[in-house]
Amino acid sequence: MKIREIAQVLEAKIEVEGDSLDLEIEAACGADLMSDVMAYAKDNVLLLTGLVSPQVIRTAEMLDIKAVVLVRGKKPDATMLKMAAEKGITLLTTKESMFTSCGKLYNLGLTKRGIRD
Amino acid sequence: MSKSIQLHFELPGNDLALAGEASSKVKKTLNQLGLKPAVVKKTAVAMYEAEINAIIHAGGGTLAATIDQEKVVVVVRDQGPGIADLELAMQEGYSTAPEKIREMGFGAGMGLPNMKRHADLLEIESAVGQGTVVTIIVYL
Ligand SMILES: Nc1ncnc2c1ncn2[C@@H]1O[C@H](COP(=O)(O)OP(=O)(O)O)[C@@H](O)[C@H]1O
Ligand SMILES: [Mg+2]
Repeated sequence: MKIREIAQVLEAKIEVEGDSLDLEIEAACGADLMSDVMAYAKDNVLLLTGLVSPQVIRTAEMLDIKAVVLVRGKKPDATMLKMAAEKGITLLTTKESMFTSCGKLYNLGLTKRGIRD
Repeated sequence: MSKSIQLHFELPGNDLALAGEASSKVKKTLNQLGLKPAVVKKTAVAMYEAEINAIIHAGGGTLAATIDQEKVVVVVRDQGPGIADLELAMQEGYSTAPEKIREMGFGAGMGLPNMKRHADLLEIESAVGQGTVVTIIVYL
């Protein structure tokens, strides 16, 4: 699923448009714990999180994650916006909860898990 | 690459938003050198966790990276409280981090296990009251 389609499905606001909205995403992981993401995330995943912290963008950068969704209507702070823009990471915000965000994306074909065992 | 490349950073302990800045710069250099993506990612994850630890548990320190023909070596050094029981600290889930750190997405006791998982070689020297030196080696 393209990042652009993910934004549509979640009725998300594009806070930062990263390198490309046409990038194909194959898998996703939902997590508030960045150490978990770093322990297990695969390549080319979407990160959904309820955490507002610059460390979310840093973690995405370390793992080459190209798109991040902030769920539950959370708003990114100025540092996050600036960092995402610098690093070419797309940052989306949605009013949907973590559960419904994941459910909607799964329903429409984003079914691969973003983590290893 | 005939000679080795060396990078050195101070890790300020007072600004948590800056945590990860050094790792970010090292990662950029590794990419510019054209190292394999797997090597870059392994190094990035391990050194980022080490950088975070030096900042949140030890009030800051230094990060030095050396890249030569066969490996990347990252040394994160601090003069914090040290780790009394390293075996315990290495266990998944063990953490003494305060709530404020959890709000950053860390402090779940996964950092040291993550370093071990990603580094080809991990060495930790620590003395209570003196500080900690974490050495991460990833082979190219
Ligand atoms: N550089 C350090 N200086 C002092 N204590 C440390 C350092 N690094 C790790 N520790 C100790 O080891 C514990 C486990 O570290 P880690 O696995 O990274 O988990 P976390 O950082 O989430 O607490 C920490 O909670 C802390 O007590
Ligand atoms: Mg840690």
